[in-house]
Amino acid sequence: MSPTRPTSPAGRLEVRKTYKLYVGGKFPRSESGRSYAVHAAPGRNGRPGAFLANAALGSRKDARDAVVAARAAVGGWSGATAYNRGQVLYRVAEVMQGRAGQFTDEVAAGEGLTPARARAVVEAAIDRWVWYAGWPDKLAQVLGGLNPVAGPYFDISAPEPTGVVAIVAPQRSSLLGLVSVIAPAIVSGNTCVVLASEQRPLPAVTLGEVLATSDLPGGVVNLITGRTAEVAPWLASHRDVNAIDLTGCADADGVSWGELEAAAADNLKRVVRPAGDGAAGDGLTAVEPDWLATPGLERMAAYLETKTVWHPKGR
Amino acid sequence: MPKFDYAPAPESRAVVDIQPSYGLFVGGEFVEAAGAAFATVNPATEEVLAEIGEASAADVDRAVKAARSAYTRVWSRLSGTERGKYLYRIARIIQERARELAVLETLDNGKPIKESRDVDIPLAAAHFFYHAGWADKLSYAGLGPDPQPVGVVGQVIPWNFPFLMLAWKIAPALACGNTVVLKPAETTPLTALLFAEICQQADLPAGVVNIVTGAGATGQAIVEHPGIDKIAFTGSTEVGKLIARAVAGTRKRATLELGGKAANIVFDDAPIDQAVEGIVNGIFFNQGQVCCAGSRLLVQEPIAEEVERRLKRRLATLRVGDPMDKNTDVGAINSRHQLDRITELSAAGEAEGATRWDSGCPLPKNGFWFRPTVFTGVSQAHRIAQEEIFGPVLSVLTFRTPAEAVAKANNTPYGLSAGVWTEKGSRILWMADQLRAGVVWANTFNQFDPTSPFGGYQESGYGREGGRHGLEAYLQAATESTRKGSAR
Repeated sequence: MSPTRPTSPAGRLEVRKTYKLYVGGKFPRSESGRSYAVHAAPGRNGRPGAFLANAALGSRKDARDAVVAARAAVGGWSGATAYNRGQVLYRVAEVMQGRAGQFTDEVAAGEGLTPARARAVVEAAIDRWVWYAGWPDKLAQVLGGLNPVAGPYFDISAPEPTGVVAIVAPQRSSLLGLVSVIAPAIVSGNTCVVLASEQRPLPAVTLGEVLATSDLPGGVVNLITGRTAEVAPWLASHRDVNAIDLTGCADADGVSWGELEAAAADNLKRVVRPAGDGAAGDGLTAVEPDWLATPGLERMAAYLETKTVWHPKGR
Repeated sequence: MPKFDYAPAPESRAVVDIQPSYGLFVGGEFVEAAGAAFATVNPATEEVLAEIGEASAADVDRAVKAARSAYTRVWSRLSGTERGKYLYRIARIIQERARELAVLETLDNGKPIKESRDVDIPLAAAHFFYHAGWADKLSYAGLGPDPQPVGVVGQVIPWNFPFLMLAWKIAPALACGNTVVLKPAETTPLTALLFAEICQQADLPAGVVNIVTGAGATGQAIVEHPGIDKIAFTGSTEVGKLIARAVAGTRKRATLELGGKAANIVFDDAPIDQAVEGIVNGIFFNQGQVCCAGSRLLVQEPIAEEVERRLKRRLATLRVGDPMDKNTDVGAINSRHQLDRITELSAAGEAEGATRWDSGCPLPKNGFWFRPTVFTGVSQAHRIAQEEIFGPVLSVLTFRTPAEAVAKANNTPYGLSAGVWTEKGSRILWMADQLRAGVVWANTFNQFDPTSPFGGYQESGYGREGGRHGLEAYLQAATESTRKGSAR
């Protein structure tokens, strides 16, 4: 008998990937040097899921570095033509399609879905990019326009991006939900710092690898993995962040979205609250939206400023 | 000072593979035309490029049936998302094959390679991109919830921007859920036939796009076919009126993008060097074979002499000749027929008393050529101030006051475009209000973008192409009877 060798069933040892942060177009580890174990979704029998990987445990400093990178990217991205932004977003869908198999595996493991169901979620996420790719050069036509003021003036209103958006990504829908909160922020020229799902961060890191190879300028999307309760408050109170999406606070451990919204009031950030109607009598009760539904304009509009220009007419 | 001439910089034609003969593209495949073949020639050399099948009325009927079948069975049932993804594919293939399309366009049309390469083809790709995005967003078009496609659209396009006009027609029609039968002009069918191949590469369902080649009779067969729900036409005002009469009393809809006689108005406070560049671009771009060309220069009296002097100096530097040369500014006239018309109208200008000037530059021996020409001392009544020449011929008139400029600019049955040159913003906006034209360019000219609606007032036609407004031509409000599928 030959000695036992550590091999996979296929006879070859798999090369595993290190899951890192995505900040300023690069893939650093956390400056804190910390990581945390990510497991697959628990099985039906309640047994804990298998170990998947060690993800970077992002820190306050990582989040602040990401805001600096996002701010630096605002000028270039918002200054790109709408046509160019649309093509880049479409390119994201193209590159994602090529990685559909990898995303399907990660989503199936993390969210506990069957391969077929996971595949459907991944396809919906790709189509979500395609949907948003069509918006950069149409938003102004749908949300802006000429104002018929009572006087000899040319008066026109058009939307502009607000700047840097902090996003607490959905905890459950680790890819489709993630795409559904990132795309509407960057469509119009905003840049963002995204806190990935705490328990299911792996598809976010892989999405970062897609974004890095889709002609999206570095810094437009920055992805931090780690503890939501640890990092989100620093983003909520950051003075150089213009808006914050609290969607992922709906069921994050140890996070009160009301407190984060209060912190965001310091510089009057635009706030997207987690979904929920307060009908339970407790305003803080929130749920994750149905990400499979076709989005509306609300998320895009949340990160837009309307600018109105007046100019006299006369010979 | 030594004089440095431009060395020849010819673009290679090795990138294109022109077949000796072409059939029609019906139901997803190339088929023989019933009618006789006709030749398409390179107008810069008079070399025959290929034999083209002429579609008969029966061929058109087959194409309409293929389009109807594709509409009912496939295209109107697809979701907007899926339609959009087909259009994105087409946009990408146009980008991938851009050089090939540009060379083919220049060979068949005679326009400078730098224009087909930098304007026609990239804009066509952009048009497909823009409309791909609309396919699943039509509820936001401002036409009410859940607007519906019109059905089978017959499209007839001109020879001045063959591939770009194809994009202007096909992209919005498909995005809105319609299927099409398109006829390219008889002198420039080659890029449309290459587009048929692009549809095949994109796996576009058979019959969604049908290309039938031919001349006026083929176009007439499309216009008169009872199976067609809407006609979209770009071409002469004369033919546009024939179409308007043909669809009168039927339920067929029509949009028409016709001729023009645009005024390019230069005030005495305009930045003159920029204005001269704009005037040159306005009338000599694409050899002046542009429906929105700035063919009437209206210049304010105090600067008239200076503008004329600088304009002539600039025209003397234009490089006229081989369209395949990357340095060429002005290429060949598209056909002998068009050259004859330009020649005839220019002779009328002289006969009526205007002063004719051209740079006297040498012209190639073979092919169809016309020197960039300027007429001064033109009056409002002259034929060259009233009729569309559709060639590199500029008529110069003068004015004293803004009101006079408006009166002269609007003194035409057309109303497609206008240009205004002045440093005064309030005057630009006042002029824009007064001008009866569908597009007004201020301190620029001949700008096009898929997001920006284009189309004319009065006898320049009706309907708009491009932008949110252009979608209206290919949609109808949802009613019980129109809700045929789920084409959202």
